[in-house]
Order: sequence, then C-alpha cells, then structure tokens
Amino acid sequence: MASEETSLGTVPARPAPWRDAKIRGIAYQVAFVAAVVGFIGFLVYNTAANIGRLNIPIGFGFLQREAAFGIGESLIDYSPADTYARAFLVGLTNTLHVAALGVVLATILGTLMGLARLSRNWLVSKLAQVYVETFRNIPLALQLFFWWGLLNKLAPGPRQAWQILPGVFVSNRGIAYPMPLANPAYRWVAAAFCVGFIATFGFRRWAKRRQAATGQQMPTGWIALGLIAGLPAVVFLAFGAPFVLEVPALKGFNFSGGDAMSPEFAALLIGLVVYTGTFISEIVRAGILAVSWGQSEAAMALGLRSAQRMRLVVLPQALRVIIPPMTSQYLSLTKNSSLAVIIGFPDLVSIANTTINRTGQAIEGITLIMAVYLVISLAISLAMNLYNRAVALVER
Amino acid sequence: MADITESLPVAAQAPPPRPGGVLGWLRVNLFSTVANTILTLLCVALLAVALPPLIRWGLIDAIWHAPDGQACRGDGACWAFIGEKYRFILFGFFPATETWRPAVVVVIFVTMIVAACDRRMWGRRLAVLWLVGLLAVFALMRGGFAGMGKVETALWSGLPLTLILAVVGMLLGFPFGILLALGRRSRLPAVRAICIGYIELVRGVPLITMLFMASLMLPLFLPAGMTIDKLVRAQVAFILFAGAYLAEVVRGGLQAIPRGQIEAADALGLSYIQRTRLIVLPQALAMVIPPLVNTFIGIFKDTALVIIISLFDLLTTAETALGDGNWQGFYVEAYVFVGAIYWSFCFFMSRYSQLLEREFNRGKRR
Repeated sequence: MASEETSLGTVPARPAPWRDAKIRGIAYQVAFVAAVVGFIGFLVYNTAANIGRLNIPIGFGFLQREAAFGIGESLIDYSPADTYARAFLVGLTNTLHVAALGVVLATILGTLMGLARLSRNWLVSKLAQVYVETFRNIPLALQLFFWWGLLNKLAPGPRQAWQILPGVFVSNRGIAYPMPLANPAYRWVAAAFCVGFIATFGFRRWAKRRQAATGQQMPTGWIALGLIAGLPAVVFLAFGAPFVLEVPALKGFNFSGGDAMSPEFAALLIGLVVYTGTFISEIVRAGILAVSWGQSEAAMALGLRSAQRMRLVVLPQALRVIIPPMTSQYLSLTKNSSLAVIIGFPDLVSIANTTINRTGQAIEGITLIMAVYLVISLAISLAMNLYNRAVALVER
Repeated sequence: MADITESLPVAAQAPPPRPGGVLGWLRVNLFSTVANTILTLLCVALLAVALPPLIRWGLIDAIWHAPDGQACRGDGACWAFIGEKYRFILFGFFPATETWRPAVVVVIFVTMIVAACDRRMWGRRLAVLWLVGLLAVFALMRGGFAGMGKVETALWSGLPLTLILAVVGMLLGFPFGILLALGRRSRLPAVRAICIGYIELVRGVPLITMLFMASLMLPLFLPAGMTIDKLVRAQVAFILFAGAYLAEVVRGGLQAIPRGQIEAADALGLSYIQRTRLIVLPQALAMVIPPLVNTFIGIFKDTALVIIISLFDLLTTAETALGDGNWQGFYVEAYVFVGAIYWSFCFFMSRYSQLLEREFNRGKRR
C-alpha cells in the first residue's frame, strides 16, 4: 500500500511504532511465546523440584533393566528375564498387530455395510441401519467389556465349546480356528503373488499408453487375474499342491492344532472392527451418494457396462470423498486400540502402565507412548495422503 | 428441433401403473430381482435364527424378581440383578439417603440438553439457563447447605459424573478450541506454529495417555504441597482434549467464510477483535453446529475411559456392581442396561444433528 501512495507522489507518514502492524505483530508473538515458554518452564521447574524431593531417578536408563514380569501373548520371543525395552517392543508389535488386522477387517465390514445401506432391498438396508445405529452410539470401552465378558466369562470351557462355524470353536480360552499347515512352498507362492502384482501394475501402464496411442484395448482384467491369481496357483500346483488344513481338536483341557486367538485379543479385535465399521459404512455411503446420478447416466449414454461404470466413473469420484475421512478412522482405530489396557490385552499402553507402576517412571513411560503414537499417526497420515494425492482431482 | 416436436404432437399417456398395496411394495422392495430375492431370504433366515433365542432369553425366560444371584440362574436374563443394582449403577457411592440429589441433577442435565436443541431458545436466554443449571448441579452434588450434607467429589459417581465430565469438558473446551482455531489461522507464524503443534500433538495421541498424564504427571507439575482433586484432574484432561478436537471443527467453519466478508470488515475499519467477534465467528460457528454436536457425542462416549484412572462413572459403577459376590456373572444384563443409557443419549443427539444438517442445507439444495 505504501508503494501505491509513493507512486501518487504523497510521502507516506510512517506510523508510530505502536501502530505499525508489523511491529505489533512481532510484539504479540514475543509476548505469546514468552507466555507459553514461561508456563512450560514453570511446569518443568516444579517437576524437577518434585522429582528431586521424591528421589525418583530420571532418564531412560530403566529400559535396560530386567522387566521381571510376564506378558500374556507376544509375537516376538519374550521372557520375564528380558529388559523393559524388549517388553515395550512386545507391546508395540501387539498394538501394530491388532491395529493392522482391525483396519483391514473394519474396511471390509464397513464397505459391505455401507453398500448394504444403499441397497434397494428394504430388509438389507434396514438391517445395516440397525447395525450402524446400535454400535455407533455405544462407547467402545463398554463394547470391549461386553465382548470380553462374553468370551472370557460366559463362554463355556473348551469341552463344551461353541462351534460357530465348522472348525471354529469359541471357548473361554479364546477362538480356535483352522489353519493350513505351514509349508516351504507357501513362501514361493507369496513371492509369485508379489511378482504377479508388480507385473500387473507394469502391464496396466503399458496397456493404457497403448490405448492412448492406438485406441486398441487390451483385456486388462483377464490378464491381471492371470498374473495375480494364476501365477501363484501355478507355483502352488508345481509344488504338488501341499495343502493340509489343520482343524483344532480338543486335547486335554484345550484345543490344539490350527490357530487360536486369546479372548483378550479376540474381544479387542471384534470390538474395534464392529465399532469402527459403523463409521466407515457411513463414510462409504456418503461417498457413493456424493457422486451425482448424472455421472452414471452419462456413463450409460457412453455405452459403458455396469462394472465399467462403477470402476471408471463412480468409484474414482467416490474415493476422492471417501479417503480423507477414512484416514481419520484408521487413525482413531489405531489410537482406540490403546483401550486394550481395560481388558488386559498387553498392548503398548498396557505394558507402559505396568512399567510405570513397577518403576515409578511416569514421565518417561508416558513420553514413550506419546512418541510412538505420534509416529504411527504421522506414518498413517503420510501413507494415506500419498494415496489421496494419486486419486485426487488434478486441477489446472 | 422445436419444429419437429411441434409437428409431431403426441397424445399424453398415463404414467405406467405403480404397483400398489402390500404385495406391490413387497415386490418392489424385497423381490425385484433374483439376486434381491436370495438376499431377502438370507436375511429372513438370519433373523429367524437370531431373534427367537434373543426374545426367549430377554423376555420369556427372563427372571424379574429374585432374592439373590443364586436364585436368579436360569436360561434367561436376570433382570432382577438390574432391579437390585440400578441405584448403584446410576448414582454410585452417593449417600443412599440423598439419592434424590443426583436424580435431580440428571433431570437438570436432560432439561438443559433438550432446551439447547430448541432453536427458538438459542441466544442469551439459553446461556442464562445453562449457567443457572450448572450452578444448581454443583450445589446439589456438593451440598453442605440448607440441610443437605456435604458430599466429597470422591463420592460423585455414576450417570451424574459422566454428564458432568462430558458437559463441562465441552463447555470449557469450546472457548479454548475457538482460540486454538483462530491461532491456527493467524498470520503470526509463532502463534500459528504453537497452535498447530498443540492441536496435532493432542489429536495424535490416544485419550488414555492424556488421562494417564492427568492422573500420574499432573501432580508432578504442580508446586510442592499443592494437590488437585482427582475429578478436577480428569476434567482438565477432557477440556484439553476436547479443545484440540473442537479447534479442528471450528477451523472448518473459519475456512468456509468467504474472503470478501473479512475484506469488507477491514474496509469498515473494524479491528481484529471486532471483526472476529462480529463478522467471522457468528457465521463460522453457525455453519459448524452439526459437527459440534457430533464432537459432543464423541466426548460423551469417551468419558467411559475414566475407568482407567478409577473414577466411578456410569461404566465403572456397572463394573463394580458386577463384582458383588452375591450377584456374579450377570455381565450381559449389566452391559445391556448401561449400554441402553449411553445409546439413548447418543442416538437422540445424533438424530438431532442430522435434523440440523438437513435444515441448514435446505437453502443450498434444489
């Protein structure tokens, strides 16, 4: 503004310093930062004084000490003779395990329920609505207690286990379910799957470029199916199809064979999936409704088949609406997995809690949990933002 | 084009007959295609398997009166457990002779919430009503005058505690959230950085860590000899937590204000505070009322977490009731009872927020 005035020939009067927006801005910021720093300093000073008075050792040295407490379940090797650091690692893997499974299952359940609510079948859409309205409006902590009470306290012993599906047994020892016996061939099948996946990606890019250049279409769908499903199948058959499904069987006082989840893990997983699924179903429903009907009509007018219409016209636009709120649901599922502590599943928070109670190192323990969750949150947001950028509307 | 349509007059036809009656409705909504028919039959089968045992358990075989837990074991639900424990679950350790006080508190809260839902009440009248209501709540809970015995906060429990944590957390978190949101949109980089840092930090960690902090670390933060009540500490955690989430909701409203509004305010010579108070906030907050209600629902449900710092909210009192040796094992009954209470509050409020959203969007839809 000043330059305009000078160009008009009038000399701008410099405002007094206390009226200059720039100087005032700096003054405000200095005052604000000073207040915040002062407040934090006050807390740190008090904390230091209190710690000195209470004689609490400070620092992360306790992590190297022997933990000397047992952990119910663990994906990595752990014994009470290991260090606290190792115990934290067990908690972290347990948290990540339940969160990763939860995210996948909640997405599947939520998408199915979201589609069901849009169904033209009255009964299907009403049932989906009842599911959403019931489980969305009850606190997750209560739901976890409910599933845990059901699985741990009310379920019968292994001898009278409920068989909910053929080969799936629910008892107060958890949920036992069939699992194929491990075989070295599976590693090669998995490798073939990855190769097929990457090859499909490359092929799709090539086919798209070819279509843009020549107008000729390739049967992308069939070739992708062949690469992703066919290649592993061929490898599987080449190894002689080594498939033995091991069904859990009652042996003594518990099930052996197959695989099993503890009641705590199962309750946490079911609770998280059922609760988060309600929110995801609303997001999916809103996303699909956000694509106007005119888009579908235009696609039909162009002669696209119903599957093409969904894949090429509706879904890409719906995903743009769906992904940002979906990210926050994944984040809240991960954070909500910390409720494990109330039903005794040894997740990160639960182990940190035990550690704090045993060592008294509250500040370090809480700092550690917060840091880990912040890193997880940032990692999930980053991954989802990258994906979001890939599907976002490219504007000029 | 116009010529063709005019030269070929077509006689008006009646619309195709709409299938009427129950059968017509069934055919359109349940049996329109083969796939739909199969889905319908599957759903009916599912209901046929699930509903009868549920009804038998909950109603037909249920036991409504029993002297103790042993007499209450059967194939059905033991609602006698709820009959025995409902006072404790609802009001916890509050002295039994004074039960009317927490009961009136709950009524006051419900009245406040219902009044807030009436749009004709929005404004100064509502603010006065809420202030009076909250003062009455604290007077009734605390007592110590007019013949009411004084009740320590450690005995405040059950539904009143849940409502206090949620409502006070929301009310005090709201101005804090507005300040944070304004700070996040500020042109001053230092203010913006600190506000973003705070919001993202709190939103990035689970509420449980905030509660741990309030119960384990807050005592260390204070000068020696100064102690804070456990309830106040939890309340502080909820306010700090709610503030960060409300800030993001308010930011959504701030971002939706057209730049022209702010420029017009500047052109009128309004200062930052006048502009924010008179132009920006009234429009921004009105826009975000439905998501604000949703945030409140979230905070209401989150109060159930105070069980980990052993405050006796509605969920904790139910857990405590389950620990009674004379009445063991009635988990489902207790959780259904408490769940129904939480559900009624949340369902009512979420319906209300949907209604508001529809009304707000009415002008924007064709």
